[in-house]
Amino acid sequence: MSEEAILSVENLAVELPAGADRLFAVEGVSFEIRPGETLAIVGESGSGKSMSANAVMGLLPPGTRVAQGIAKLDGVDLFHLDEAGMRAIRGRRIGMIFQEPMTALDPLMRVGEQIAEVFEAHGLLTPAERRARALALLTEVGIPEPERAIHAYPFQLSGGQRQRVMIAMALALDPVLLIADEPTTALDVTTQAQILKLIKELQRKHGTAVMFITHDFGVVADIADRVVVMRQGKVVETGTAAAVLGDPQHDYTKALIAAIPTGHPEVAPPATPRAREIVLEVAGLTKTYTTSGGFMRPARVVHAVKSVSFDLARGETLGVVGESGSGKSSLGRCLVRLIEPEAGSIKIEGAETMGQSIGQMRQWRRRMQMVFQDPYGSLNPRSRVGRIVAEGPIAAGVPVKTAIAKAADLLAMVGLDASAVDRFPHEFSGGQRQRIGIARALALDPRIIIADEAVSALDVSIQAQVLRLLADLKARLDLALIFITHDLRVAATICDKVAVMQRGEIVEMGPVGQVFGDPQHDYTRRLIAAIPGRSESGPLGRVRAAGA
Amino acid sequence: MTGFWSRFRRRRIAMIGLIVVALVVAVAIAAPYLYPQSPWKMVQRPFLPPFANALVPLGTDTLGRNVASGLAHGAQVSLLIGIVSTLVALAVGVPIGAIAGYFGGIVDDVLMRFTEFFQTVPSFALAIVLVAIFQPSLTSVIAAIGVVGWPPVARLVRGEVLAQRRREYVEAAILAGQSNFTIITRQILPNVVSPIVVLASLMVATAILLESSLSFLGLGDPSVMSWGYMIGAARTVVRQAWWLSFFPGVAILITVLAINLVGEGLAEALDPRSSRDHH
Amino acid sequence: MQTLWFLSSRLVKGILVVLAIVVLDFFLIHFAPGDPAAVMAGESGATDEIFLQQLRVKFGLDQPLMTQLGLYLWGVVRLDLGYSYRQQMPVLDLVMDRLPATLILTGAAFVFSLVIGVAAGAWAAANKDRPLDRAITTISLIFYATPLFWMALMSVLVFSVWLDWLPGFGFEEVGNTDNVFERVLDVSRHLVLPAVTLGLFFTAVYVRMTRSSMIETARMDFVKTARAKGLTEGVILRRHVLRNAVLPVVTLAGLQAGQMVGGAVMTETVFAWPGIGRLMYEALLQRDYNLLLGVFLVSAAMVVVFNILTDWVYRLVDPRIEVAR
Repeated sequence: MSEEAILSVENLAVELPAGADRLFAVEGVSFEIRPGETLAIVGESGSGKSMSANAVMGLLPPGTRVAQGIAKLDGVDLFHLDEAGMRAIRGRRIGMIFQEPMTALDPLMRVGEQIAEVFEAHGLLTPAERRARALALLTEVGIPEPERAIHAYPFQLSGGQRQRVMIAMALALDPVLLIADEPTTALDVTTQAQILKLIKELQRKHGTAVMFITHDFGVVADIADRVVVMRQGKVVETGTAAAVLGDPQHDYTKALIAAIPTGHPEVAPPATPRAREIVLEVAGLTKTYTTSGGFMRPARVVHAVKSVSFDLARGETLGVVGESGSGKSSLGRCLVRLIEPEAGSIKIEGAETMGQSIGQMRQWRRRMQMVFQDPYGSLNPRSRVGRIVAEGPIAAGVPVKTAIAKAADLLAMVGLDASAVDRFPHEFSGGQRQRIGIARALALDPRIIIADEAVSALDVSIQAQVLRLLADLKARLDLALIFITHDLRVAATICDKVAVMQRGEIVEMGPVGQVFGDPQHDYTRRLIAAIPGRSESGPLGRVRAAGA
Repeated sequence: MTGFWSRFRRRRIAMIGLIVVALVVAVAIAAPYLYPQSPWKMVQRPFLPPFANALVPLGTDTLGRNVASGLAHGAQVSLLIGIVSTLVALAVGVPIGAIAGYFGGIVDDVLMRFTEFFQTVPSFALAIVLVAIFQPSLTSVIAAIGVVGWPPVARLVRGEVLAQRRREYVEAAILAGQSNFTIITRQILPNVVSPIVVLASLMVATAILLESSLSFLGLGDPSVMSWGYMIGAARTVVRQAWWLSFFPGVAILITVLAINLVGEGLAEALDPRSSRDHH
Repeated sequence: MQTLWFLSSRLVKGILVVLAIVVLDFFLIHFAPGDPAAVMAGESGATDEIFLQQLRVKFGLDQPLMTQLGLYLWGVVRLDLGYSYRQQMPVLDLVMDRLPATLILTGAAFVFSLVIGVAAGAWAAANKDRPLDRAITTISLIFYATPLFWMALMSVLVFSVWLDWLPGFGFEEVGNTDNVFERVLDVSRHLVLPAVTLGLFFTAVYVRMTRSSMIETARMDFVKTARAKGLTEGVILRRHVLRNAVLPVVTLAGLQAGQMVGGAVMTETVFAWPGIGRLMYEALLQRDYNLLLGVFLVSAAMVVVFNILTDWVYRLVDPRIEVAR
C-alpha cells in the first residue's frame, strides 16, 4: 500500500521553542496520501494540523524545527534535502494555499505577475509564455474577465477571487500534491462551496493529491476520501471518511462529531404555546451609509439595514442569518443604538425608544444587552473579571460591593468558579471568556439578549457547550434572544424563528423548520445548498439519520 | 509589574542605559555639593587644558571657568527641561489624541488637521522663532519644546485609542451605561499607557537634544549653565581648545543615548508580542 | 484628470497651511513682549523713529486687530514679507538669495540619508541578530543621539583642521575660475561635510525604520506564499519584502523632510554655508524678528511643497491609492 503513496509521513515530531506550553507541536504523526486522493487532516485549534503541513513544505515558523521523522514525496526524503533541493520541490511538486486570501498575495504586484513568478522561480518558459499561461490559469480557475484580472492588483479582487488566484498559482506547475491549509475558513459559505467545488474539479482533471487541513467536519464530509483526526499534536484516529464519520472509534472524534450543530432544534418547543407576550417590536428600521464621493464623483449609498421589521416574544429565539456584509451585525447594533438608525421604530415592551435622550436611552438599554463575538476583544484586558461583569450595575448606581457580589453569583450561574471575580481575562480560555461575556450581559437583568456571532470564534466542542448554556439560561430566565450568526447549522440548532438577511434586507423570515425545510427565497436556497456536509446521502447525513 | 521588571532586567543594554541615566541624575543632584561655586565664576587662568590640574580636571574655558563644574550644573538643566517639556507635550497631546480617536468624525477631522498643521511646520525653526520672540528663559524654552513635541503624542494616542475604540469591550461599556469620560479614562487609556510611556521616554531624549541646540544658538536661559551653551560659546575657539566643545558634546551624547536605550528596553519589555509569559 | 484633481486639492490644502502660518506669525508679533512695530523693525531698526512710523502706517498698527491681520495677510499675498532694516534689503530678496544653497544642502543630505539609511537598514534586517545587524544598529543608535551641531564642529576639527581633507567653511573658494566643471567640483567638495553631518542623524532614523519595517514585512503571509512558489530568499527579499517595506519609509522620510530645514540652521551656522539656515542665525544675532519670521515662513512653504511632491510620488508608486481615494 505504501508503495503507491505519493507522500508518506512517518513518526513526525516538530519541536516548539523553549517556553511554549508543550514540548512538541506534533509528535509521532504518521499518514500517507495516494495519487488523486484527498486526505483531510482535522482538528481544533492547537491540534498541530497546520504545523504538520508546514513541516512537509519546509515552511515551519522560526523557532520550531523537525525533531524526528521521515517525509517521503515520491521516494524523496524531504527532511534531508538542502535549501535548494527543497525550493525545487516547492511550487513545482507541492503547491500550497493558505487560509487568509486577503493577505496571502503581495499587495504591490499585479496578479498576473505573481502567477508568472511561479514559472520564473523554476526557470521555466519565456516571459511571454508565462503571461499566456497565467491567463490560461486564471481562466481555468474561473476568474471573470481574466484578460482584465491579469492586470489587477490584489486589493481589486474579492476574497473568493483572491483564493482562486492562489489556487491558480499553486496548480501552475501541475504539482503532484496540493496542500490546502484551511483555504475556505475565511470565506462566506456560498463562496466556500464554490472554492471547494473548484478544488475538486481541478483535482479530478489533473489527478492531484490533496492534503486538506480543516477544523470543519462538514467540509470533511464534502471533500475527503480519508481522514486523519488530530488532537494536541497527536493523531487520534485515521481511516476512510466513511469509516471515521460513520463509525468513529476514538472518544474525541465521537465528541467532535456529536458537537457539530445538527441543524435540528434541540430544545423541544413547549407543548402548549403560551400567549405570545411581545417584548420587542421593530418596524421599518433603516440605516444607510454614504461614502463621500467628492468632486465630480457620485456618492455611493450602502444600505446596511433597509426597512427591517419583526417582533419578538418573551422566551423566543430569533436567528438572524446572512453572509458577511448582509447587515446582520449592523441590525444588532442598531437595536441597542450603538449605531444610530435613521428611521424606523423600536418598541421595547410597548414603549417607543427612538428619538430619546441619552439619559432615557441608558434606562431602556438595560433591558436589551449584548453578547459579543470576539472572546479576546470583548473583555477589557486591564480589568478584573468581577469588575467587568459589575460595570453595568455600578454605572446604574448600585454600590460597588453589592455589584461585585452579584457578579460572583452570575459567574457561578454561567459555570465559572467564584474566584474568577479577582482574576484577569487573559487567565481564561476562549469558551470561558464567552461565559464571562454572557454573565456581563445578564448583570442588568435584561429582557432581551442579542448574541452577535457569539460562538463563531470558538472550537466546535466549546461552541456546543456555550450554545447549551445560552439555551438553558434563556429558558430559566425567560429571556428573548436574538441570535446573529453566519452559520445556518448553529441557527437551526438554537432558534425558533429565523430571518435571512441579504444586502440589509430581511428576504425571508419564519419558523426554523419552515425556512430551512421549505425555503421560498432564492437566496435562502443558495445559502442552504452551500452548507458543507449537507448532503443527506453523505456519510455525515447517514450518521445524523441514524442518531435522530 | 514584576513580570515587566524581570523582562526589562534581562535586556543588558537597557540596564546599562538605566545605570548611566541614574549616574547623570546623581551628578545633577550632587552638582551644588560637588561644585558649590557658581559655574559662571572664574577659577583658573583661561584655556587651561584638561587633566593638567586636579581641581579643574576637564580644564577651563575662554574666561577661566571650570568645565567640569559647568557639566555638572548643565546636567540639572538638561534633565529638568527634558522632563518638564515632555510633561507639557503629554498634557496637550494625550487629551487631543484621545478625544479625536474616541469621537471620530468631524471632531477627529478638526483636531487632526490642527495636529497636522503643527507637524508640517518645521519644528526646530518654530522652536527658534518662539524662544526668540518671547525672549530666552527656562519657561519659554520648555514651552517651545512642548509646543513642537505634542503632535506625535496626539497622533500616537489617537491611533491607539481608535484601535481600542473598535474593540468590543468599549461597546460593552457603552451598553453598560458608562459615560464617555469614564470609558476613555477608565477603560481605554489604561490599555494605551505602554506606548505612551515608551514615546515619553524617547521624547525626553529628543527634548534634551532640542534644548542643547537652542542653547548652542544662544537661545538658552542666560542665567543657567547648559551643555549646549558651553559648546556654542567655545565654537569660535574650537581650533585652539577642542576640549571646550568636546566634553559637553560627549555629555549630551551619552545622556541621550542612555535614555534612548532605556526607552527601547521599555518598548520591548512592554510589548506583549515579545513576552512569552502568557498569551 | 484624477492626478490633476489630486494635485490641485493638495495645493489648496498647502496654501491653507501657509496662510495659517502667516496668521501664527502675526499673532506672535502681537503677543510678543513690547511694541509690535519695534518687534517688526528688529533691534537695530527700533531706534529709527521714522522707520517705526512707516511700519505703523503700513500695518495700520493703530487700527483694530482684524484690520491689522488683513493688512498683514495682504502684504504676504503680494509676496511682501517686509524690509530688513539691518540688511537694508527686502526680506523676500534676502531669503530668495539664500534659498538655492539650502536646497542644495538639504537635497544632498536627503538623498544621502535615504539611500544609505534604507540600504543599511535592509542589510541589517537581512542579517537580523547577527554581528553585522548589531553593528549597524549600534552605530545608528549613536548617530541618533549625537547633537547635530556638535557632530558638525567635530567633523570640522577632524576632517578639515587636523586631517585637512575637506574644506570646512563656506560654499566655494573665493575668486575661483569661471570653468563650470571646476566650480561644480569645488562646491561639491565644500558640500561633503555639511551634507553628511546633516544627513547622518536622518540616516540613523531611516536605518531604524527600514530595519523594523523589513522585519515586520518578512512576517507577512504573502512572503510565505512566495516561499511556497519556490523562489529563492534573495528574490523574496528584493522583490516582495523590500518593496513593501520601503514604501512606508520613503513616505515618512518625505513627510519628515521638514525637520531637515531645522537641522540646516545648525549645519549652516557651523559651516558658514550661505543658506536660509545661516540667515536665520544672523537674524537671531541681530534680533531682526521680521527677517526671522520671513525665513520661517519660506521654510514652512518649502516643506509644504515637498510634502505635496511626496504624496504625489507615493500615488505613483502605490497602486492601492488610485482607487481607494
